[in-house]
Amino acid sequence: MPETMIESRGLRRVYRTKKHEVEAVRGVDFTVERGEIVGFLGPNGAGKTTTLRMLTTLLEPTGGEAIVAGSDLRLDPVGVRRSIGYVAQSGSTDPEARAGEEIVDHARMYGIEAGTARGNGEALFEQLDLDGMWDRQCKTLSGGQRRRLDIAMGLVHQPRLIFLDEPSTGLDPQSRANLWEHIGRLRSDLDTTVFLTTHYMDEADVLCDRILVIDDGAIVAQGTPDELKRRVAGDSVVLDFGDQRSTVVVAELVSHLDGATDPAVEGTQVRFQVPDGASALPLLLRSMVERDVDATGVQVHRPTLDDVFLTMTGRSLRDEDQGATDRAAA
Amino acid sequence: MRFMTDTWLVFSRAMRLSLRNPVWVILGLMQPILYLTLFGPLLEPVVNAPGFPPGTAWQVFVPGLLVQLAVFGAAFAGFGLIAEWRAGVVERMRVTPAGRGALLLGRVLRDVVVIVVQGAMLSVVAVVFFGLEAPIGSLIAGVAVVALLGGAFSALSYGAALKLKSEDSFAPVINGLLLPVLLLSGILLPMALAPGWLQTVADINPLTHVVDGVRAMYIDDLSSNEVWIGTAVTLGLLLVGVLYGSWVFRKESA
Ligand SMILES: Nc1ncnc2c1ncn2[C@@H]1O[C@H](COP(=O)(O)OP(=O)(O)O)[C@@H](O)[C@H]1O
Ligand SMILES: [Mg+2]
Repeated sequence: MPETMIESRGLRRVYRTKKHEVEAVRGVDFTVERGEIVGFLGPNGAGKTTTLRMLTTLLEPTGGEAIVAGSDLRLDPVGVRRSIGYVAQSGSTDPEARAGEEIVDHARMYGIEAGTARGNGEALFEQLDLDGMWDRQCKTLSGGQRRRLDIAMGLVHQPRLIFLDEPSTGLDPQSRANLWEHIGRLRSDLDTTVFLTTHYMDEADVLCDRILVIDDGAIVAQGTPDELKRRVAGDSVVLDFGDQRSTVVVAELVSHLDGATDPAVEGTQVRFQVPDGASALPLLLRSMVERDVDATGVQVHRPTLDDVFLTMTGRSLRDEDQGATDRAAA
Repeated sequence: MRFMTDTWLVFSRAMRLSLRNPVWVILGLMQPILYLTLFGPLLEPVVNAPGFPPGTAWQVFVPGLLVQLAVFGAAFAGFGLIAEWRAGVVERMRVTPAGRGALLLGRVLRDVVVIVVQGAMLSVVAVVFFGLEAPIGSLIAGVAVVALLGGAFSALSYGAALKLKSEDSFAPVINGLLLPVLLLSGILLPMALAPGWLQTVADINPLTHVVDGVRAMYIDDLSSNEVWIGTAVTLGLLLVGVLYGSWVFRKESA
């Protein structure tokens, strides 16, 4: 089995419509190693789906190349298809068909024999809270159930590499947590590599070993969730004191701290930002003891991925979330 | 081998879904039976008109109805594919290693089977209730030829549907093509009755030759020239349809 599951070099896609051209993906380079859970984080229209559809052989790249699960995208698309699973953003089942039939038929298109297909399908139904849905027509399932059925379909042939396009959109919080747990187990139990897209930063944060931040067709940052947050926004530190005298002393100490921003003093509170709060704080506390100053309260506030996105692009992902919720409600 | 398995999988899934909602199959059959009942009797006196080709009214009329049944049933198959595409079913199948041709042929095969069943029922009704006279071998061969013709139209329809991806652009294309093609094939009345210019136009229409071929089967036997021409034209259309359809299924953005 290859150690590198995805290697994308300069992958690019231009959509040509009658009036204009849209460069949806502007040449992305990245690698995904075996057993990693990697997430594409970016707002709607960033180019996540387009990249996924290229990597899954559904869409021909305008430029660039990629090796997916050991096969060359252009030279051996069937080889790629054999090794991967794909859960599309917008559904995969016929409303009139029964859930169980759909998953068995889908597995059989990978050459899996009927009995095994049924066994795999039933196990996934149980793990994804779809018990009792086997004989139900897909149109009678709730949105969340249908989404979980999509995910089960993508996994039924036990692919080595699974692509999930916005897997948790439309799921309630409990189903999302359940799904995250399931995705975590895929890696630990089956050594499956997971590549997913999301515009939810909490999802990227909780689930992904590594995040590729994508905006307007280009990767603007990548790293572990912690690396990204450390690199961009820094930690917020808030110290509370019993008296005004201490704040003056501490403000002076902070100004000598490596990489810290100018401290803001308000009443008996001192606030500042520092690239890595967890390692800066012990130093600060030791020098406070030397100067005989005691804090009554200490908070280190980790930045969120939203801070990252804001710093990289000048826009907030939260607005995007809000927009998505509004559209779903409409 | 792999190709056959894939085609079978796609076929049985499509067939299962059709059987679950057989109302379309029945509606498709109702139309030609209404024609038989309400239009057929008008033909009987016309048989003696000068220029009417050999054969009884039913020997001339039933082949036309069979062709109409096959072409109409198959040409609208694309609507179902647009719905499948919108539900994400086509994309989910295209991401599997199954052959692109199998994704098309499995569906075409379902339509062919439906047409065989409808065509057989229509033939039986015509023989039993309307006194159509034709050798049993010719009746079977007639259904077989129109079923293959239906396969050609269903493949073309799937190709066009997947290319256009919207009912609003697909419907006018289908209607705009079907009406003249059917009118100019002498389906309801033989083209022998038409003025010269109309006959010339009809001669270019492949369907004319298919209808004439089935008529010749009913009247004589299976060895006349018309029969061979009709069969060859049908196979030619089938080849074109399947090549076009699989090309669209293979294409990237389908
Ligand atoms: N079939 C298409 N034709 C033209 N433009 C498209 C098509 N699909 C996507 N786009 C455009 O490409 C850009 C990226 O879209 P997409 O990959 O769907 O983004 P995301 O999945 O991150 O929301 C958007 O500007 C979108 O409007
Ligand atoms: Mg998307």
